[in-house]
This record gives sequence, structure tokens and C-alpha cells, in this order.
Amino acid sequence: MTTFQIAANILFIGFVYFFIAQNSARQLQSSTQTKMHSRHHYYGFFAAFMAWLPAYALLIVMAIGDDIVFRSLSTNLIPDAVRTNADFNEIIAHAQIKNVVSGTNFGTQPDWVYDAAQAWQGWIATSTTLTTILCLSLAVLGGFWGYYKINPNFRSRNAVERIIVALLAASSVIAILTTVGIIFSVVFESLRFFALVPVSEFLFGITWNPQFEGAERAGSGQMGLSTYGSVPLFAGTMLISAVALTVAVPVGLFSAIYLSEYASDRVRGVVKPLMELLAGVPTVVYGFFAALTVAPFIRSMGLTLGLDVASESALAAGLVMGIMIIPFISSLSDDVIRAVPQALREAAYALGSTQNETIRQVVLPAALPGVVASVLLAVSRAVGETMIVVMAAGLAANLSLNPLDAVTTVTAQIVTILVGDQEFESAKTLSAFALALTLIVMTLVLNFIALHVVNKYREQYD
Amino acid sequence: MISTSKGMVSPKMATKRVAASMAKRKKSERNFQLLGRGAIAVALAFLVVLFSSIFSKGLPGFFQYYVEIEVDIDREKLDPTGIFSQQSLYDGDARGVIRSALYAAVGAEGRSNKRAAGKLISPGAEQRLRKMVYNDPSLMDTTQTLRFALDDDVDSFLRGFINRETPEKDRRINDRMVEYIDRLQADGKIVYTQTLRFAMDDDVDSFLRGFIKRETPEKDRRINDRMVEYIDRLQADGKIIYAFSDYLIFGSASRNPEMAGIYGAFIGSILTLSVCLVLAFPIGVATAIYLEEIAPKNRITEIVEININNLAAVPSVVFGILGLAVFIGIFGMPRSIPLIGGVVLALMTLPTIIISSRAAIRAVPPSVREAALGVGASQIQTIFHHVIPLAMPGMLTGTIIGMAQALGETAPLLMIGMVAFIVDVPGSVTDPGTVLPVQIFMWADFAERMFVQKTSAAIIVLLAFLITMNAAAIVVRKKLERRW
Repeated sequence: MTTFQIAANILFIGFVYFFIAQNSARQLQSSTQTKMHSRHHYYGFFAAFMAWLPAYALLIVMAIGDDIVFRSLSTNLIPDAVRTNADFNEIIAHAQIKNVVSGTNFGTQPDWVYDAAQAWQGWIATSTTLTTILCLSLAVLGGFWGYYKINPNFRSRNAVERIIVALLAASSVIAILTTVGIIFSVVFESLRFFALVPVSEFLFGITWNPQFEGAERAGSGQMGLSTYGSVPLFAGTMLISAVALTVAVPVGLFSAIYLSEYASDRVRGVVKPLMELLAGVPTVVYGFFAALTVAPFIRSMGLTLGLDVASESALAAGLVMGIMIIPFISSLSDDVIRAVPQALREAAYALGSTQNETIRQVVLPAALPGVVASVLLAVSRAVGETMIVVMAAGLAANLSLNPLDAVTTVTAQIVTILVGDQEFESAKTLSAFALALTLIVMTLVLNFIALHVVNKYREQYD
Repeated sequence: MISTSKGMVSPKMATKRVAASMAKRKKSERNFQLLGRGAIAVALAFLVVLFSSIFSKGLPGFFQYYVEIEVDIDREKLDPTGIFSQQSLYDGDARGVIRSALYAAVGAEGRSNKRAAGKLISPGAEQRLRKMVYNDPSLMDTTQTLRFALDDDVDSFLRGFINRETPEKDRRINDRMVEYIDRLQADGKIVYTQTLRFAMDDDVDSFLRGFIKRETPEKDRRINDRMVEYIDRLQADGKIIYAFSDYLIFGSASRNPEMAGIYGAFIGSILTLSVCLVLAFPIGVATAIYLEEIAPKNRITEIVEININNLAAVPSVVFGILGLAVFIGIFGMPRSIPLIGGVVLALMTLPTIIISSRAAIRAVPPSVREAALGVGASQIQTIFHHVIPLAMPGMLTGTIIGMAQALGETAPLLMIGMVAFIVDVPGSVTDPGTVLPVQIFMWADFAERMFVQKTSAAIIVLLAFLITMNAAAIVVRKKLERRW
């Protein structure tokens, strides 16, 4: 049976036990005339949970664990002669075996690969049978135990509630696990990268020219043709973000001021959702728009003005990214401006200020921490934005501060390196993880500063 | 500001100074308002430019040109081996069948003329013809297989739906007709011709749309003069029609733009989103309930909360790396499958769902809980019977918004290999597939002119779904949310 079929069967067994146990509790009460501790359906739920939980736990372990076990088992089947070879790579060996197993093998492999694949297929068959039998019998036995426990003195409600609380707590652990998974996947690979490439080169080098190791060897025999200086990438990221912010900050901020201070409720009710529509547009659509509409437009504009504009200019990507982050700034700023107490405005009016004097000298200073935070959050959005730059900014790692040049960004490089076929263990592949690590650190620091600014400088009015 | 450095100012002087400054202050007030309006105008202008650019390119993408020609479906040519399997049909000369019909329609004779004429039709026409014949074998013109005639009743008769033994008055084919049919059959004169529609080649399509100019020198355009002549002839005969593109809706990934469609990506999106919803909604809501109602206020809870806020700020591409390293790398799951895509998107949308669900739970007034506890409900009963039903609209709103986010997300799915060129429509969450945004990304990279329209058309479909989802969120919030 496939994993899905087993899961469906366990679900069914649980439901069957629910009805059996519920009925049995009801009959017990009417036949013995004793009062059960809990209501009938709690006995049903208890039996169902007993059927579901252990069986599903086992199923998950088996489904995830089998491949890991098979890989370690198949390592023993690789002949020593192959393993001691200098070119030997365990990950590639496993990939060869798995390709044969899944029938996606092209060309012929050495004999040991076919032997290992055959053994692997045998393990799959064994594990499937084992999983089916174990999971289903565990479900049946667990459910039966829950049914066996039915007894007027058994506090099934308390037991069920304890299980529910445990399940709720377990799901909040998923968020932690996600973080652990991200750190695990990024940090370990980054450490391996830094074992190949010195940290100083990565952080301060001004040339980004990743090459696959194979290409390096095929060259003139020189080592060190590929260089991993990430400065151009960060400069490019900053340049594009800066362009985006010069578009988004004035437009977003003034829109927020107008919407919160001047606009009537009707105008606000129409304009605000429209602006938020900009945030709902998928980034791939912005990327398409930037690459096919904005970039050619800017290029032809530049040509008429006699400027040399790259066809994948930072300006086009930045401009479109600016459009994308307008709603982040305007929505958040709008909220903080509206949170400034009305009394402050009225005090300023009472002193004879006009509305714009009130806004500039009273409301904005009071709302400043929130506004700064919204801009910082927008920056972290811009830094982490991927699709627009992948589609519109190109891959040329130029170190340039001219927005008319083509630059590339951290996210664009990550995508380019990790999409498609990768060479395992090569510095190029690993470099993407190092870039991701710096990207995470950057966005988290920005986020942290934003929260800190809000908390520290927030005016307490009440 | 009125300076007081020169000592006291008399009230009269002060009034004068204020009056003198009023014009300036009013002007600055006006300018400030104009600035605000200008900013909104700019933002809305961006919105309009974005949408009109996509729509003006995309709406024609829903349509394409077809040619209508009379085709003799000849068994000898289509299925020379006579096995009648998909493979034997591939070995047959479906192209020749269509080509000769086309040559007749345009009046092409001679090799070079025929070659030019042949280029007018999409290679997908052969596939379509084969598929049609395969699905309905009785279309084949053979001596033993009965073929249909002009009338649909005769067709039914020949297919055996109208039985010869049925009394004459009970069937819609009378005996004389049966006799005629039999005689024609004996003479082998029932020949079936069917009017077929074939999509035009993408270059021809671009020419008809005016993207390829007649005035361009012949060597610079991909349509040569002879082809232009044939196109004109077909158009004069009314054989070229501009119709709703069924390829776009029912086609799958293809390198030939006239055959490319979003069906596979659309199914992939639905599968991915279902996995995402099944995981993210229960886990997100459960986490929100735990943190808001049950968790003790201690250090661990605080760490979980900070952690969730941080996850919300992590760039989406990083979740793709997580999927690549953990699910594909460590768990050894295959690439490109909607299952992993859904899991990655679920992890990405979890913070959104948790944060909005917590807000919804917090909005339920404490008096509701106290009333429930007061009449003897346990804490869990209070939560499940009272708090959750009241907070559900808010939770649903957050979930719909999270799903809309997930539907439009591209970068993490690129990482886990959903960018592969997959022609087959995924049948389950473990079949390799792609999703709409990734399809858009891939099409945007192709050079053919027609892909621009197809991409824009796909974007329109995607935006339509997103706007519907967001509108649904607003409706849910407006209709169901209670204010206390």
C-alpha cells in the first residue's frame, strides 16, 4: 500500500473505533445504570486518538526514515575498489543508484550500481510491507486498548483534553522546527563553503565569478579562476533597494499622510484597498512587467537622451520594486499616523497652526518611530525580493553605483546557482548557501532594528 | 513662528504679522495637500499602467488564429501498419494527410510552394488529428469499419446505436435508407471528411497580429513572401478564423507557443495549494490557539513568539533553500513534486496564518470565556465550543490571504525544481509538475513573440484567482466578523 492509502486506512480505523467506543459507553451506562465519568463521545474520541496517534507517528517515521536508512545500507554495497578511488563521491554514487531504482537512468552504469539498485528495490518492497502491517496493526491495537479502557470510572474527558493540549503544543513546535531547519540547512553548508573559500575573500572580495570546478580544470590549469567576492552582489542589492526606496518612500509616505489626515472616509475606502492591490500582485508579474515593459522603455528613453542604458538596468528593476513596496510603507505608516492621539492635533489647531503645520511639526514627529520601522521593513522586503531581480536585473556582477548599469543581487545569484542541476560539493553550489546566510542575517537585523526602534521610541500617550 | 527676540510685540503688530504670513501658510497648506494627492495619483497610476500593460498584452493571448480546411482521413496514410495504437499512429503520416488537405485549400503545387504552405500549420495539428482519430477509431476510412454519413442519424445507425432489427417505425432511419447505406458501403463509397481546425504557427500568428510587418525586407522576417501570399489567400477564402484559444486553457507546457497552455500548471497549482492548505490551516490555527489560550507566559513561549515574528520576515527564497536541503537533500524526496512545493509554501505561510488567527482569538471578549467557564465547561470545551467558532471568520480571512500569497509565490518553488519542463499534467501530489507563477516565469524567458501574449494571458488568469481570493477574504471579514 502507498503511504497515502495507509494514512487513509488509519483514519478509517480511527473513525470505526470512535463509533464502537461511543456506543459501548452508552450501552454500559444504560445496562448498568451507573453514571459514566465523561460524556459518551469522549470515550469515542479516546479510542480514536489511541488508534490514530501511534500509527501516524510510526507512519511518518517510516516514510521519512526509509530513504535515509536505504542510503546508509547501500553504502555498504559500494565495492571498496570504487570507494577508495580519488574521484569517488558518495552523494553521486547514491544518485546513480537511485536513478536506476526510479527508472530514470540513461546510459549504462557499472555493475555494482545495478546490484545495489536491485537490493534497494528489495528494501523498498520489504519496507512497504512492513510499514503497512505495522501501522495498521498498531492502529487496530491502539484503538482496541482505548475501547478496553471504557469503564465508568475512567476519566476519558481529561485524557482527551490532555491529548488535545499536547497536539496544540506540538504544532507550535513546527515554527521552531522550521527555524532550526533553516539554520541547519544554511549554516552547515556555509561552513563547508568557508572551508573552501576564506571568509575574508567572501566578505571583502570585489569580484564575483563563480565557476564550476570542472570548468576550472578544463581551463589553463590555473587554480583560483573562480572568485567569490560578494561585495558586488551586496552593492547591487543596495543599489536596487535604494532606487526602490527613492520611489516608494515619498509616494508611500505622502499617500499615507493624505489618506489618514485629509481624505474623506469614502476616498479612503476606495483608495486604500486599491493600493493594497499592489501588494497582492505576485512578484513574478512585477518581474515580467519590469523586463518587458519598463526596461525597454527606460532604455529607449535613455537613448533619446543620449545615455547609454543597459538593457537590464538597475533602474528598471528598482523602479518596479519600488512600486511593489509602496503599499508596505503606506499601510504601516497610515496605521501609525492614525494612532497619534487626536488631542495632540487639537492642541496644535488651538494654537493657530494650519493643518500641514500640525502634521509636520506635531503628528509626524510623534509617528516617526513607526514610520521609520515601516521603511526598514520595506527595505528588508526589497533586499529579500527575488523574482523581480531574477527577471529584470540580470546576472552581471558589476561593481557599480550607476543605476543605468546592469547589476545583480544576492537573491538573483542564489536562484541562478541553485536552480537546475548542481554539482554537489562544489564551491559554487555552496556559495549560494553562504549568500543565503548573509541574506537571512541582513533581513533579521533590519527586522530587529525596526522592532527596537518602535519599542524604544514609541511615545506612551495614555 | 513669531519671533519674540526683539521684546514684546503689541497685539496689533502680532495680528498684522500673522495676517501677512497667512498667504504663505495657506499656499504651503495647498502645496502639501497637492503633494499628498500627487503621491496617491502616482501610486494609482502605477497600478493602472501595470494592469493595462498586462491586460493589453494578455487579452489577445486568450485567442489565436485557426485555419479551417477539409481533411480526408485516410487510414492507409495515418496508420499504415494497421495496429491502431498510439505508437502506430505516430508512425503514420498524419502530417501528410493534413498537408495534402492544406495544399488543396491553398492551391499549392511544386515542392517549394508546398514547403511554404506546410509551414503555415502548427505541428500540433498532427497530434490533434492523431488524438481525435485515436479517441474515435470509427473516424478512420476503411473497408470494414462502418463510417458515418452526412446525417447524425445515419451516423448513429452506422455505429450500431440504431439496430437493424428494430421495427422500422421505431427507428429514425427507414428501410430504404438502410438499403442505400448498404449499397454505398458495398461500393466503398462512404468516405468521411471532417472539418478540422488547426492552430496557425506562431510566426504566422504574429504576422496576422501585425507584429511582423509586410514592409519588412523578406530576409529579416520569419515569414517569407510566398507564405504571405498563402496567408492572404486563406484569409480571402474566409478559412482563417480568430477564435478563443483552446490550447491556452487545455494545453500543457510546450516549446511551440501556439500549442502551449496553462492546464498542467493550473492543476499543479491546485495540488500544491491543497497540500499547503491541509498543512498550514490546522497547524497555524492550533499554534495560535495554544499561544493565545493555553501556553503559560514564560520564557519558552516568548521564544516561540519571537521566532514566529522572525519567520514572517525571512525572504521566501530561503524557504526554498530549506526545502532543497532538508526535504530533497536529507529526506531523499524527489524534486519537482507538488507535495514538497506545498510543504514549503505551508511553512512560508504559517506565520501569516498564526499572526492573523491570534489577532482573531484575542478579539473574542473575555466575558465569553468566563460565561462558558462559569457554567462548568472545561478550558478545552470553552475554546472549542465558544472561542474558535467566534474567531473563525478572522482565522479564515488570514488563511485566505496566506493562500493567495502562496498561490503567487515563485522563488521557493524554483529552488525545489518545479521549474522543470514537464509536459504531462500531474495526476497526484507526487507526480512532477509546475505551478502557474513558475510557468509564467518560464514563458517570460522564451524568445518567441507569441509567448509574450501567452504569458500575459496566464498572468491574467493568475491575477483573476488572486483577486477572487482577496475579495473572498474581504467578504468573509465583512459578513461574518462580529464586533464587540
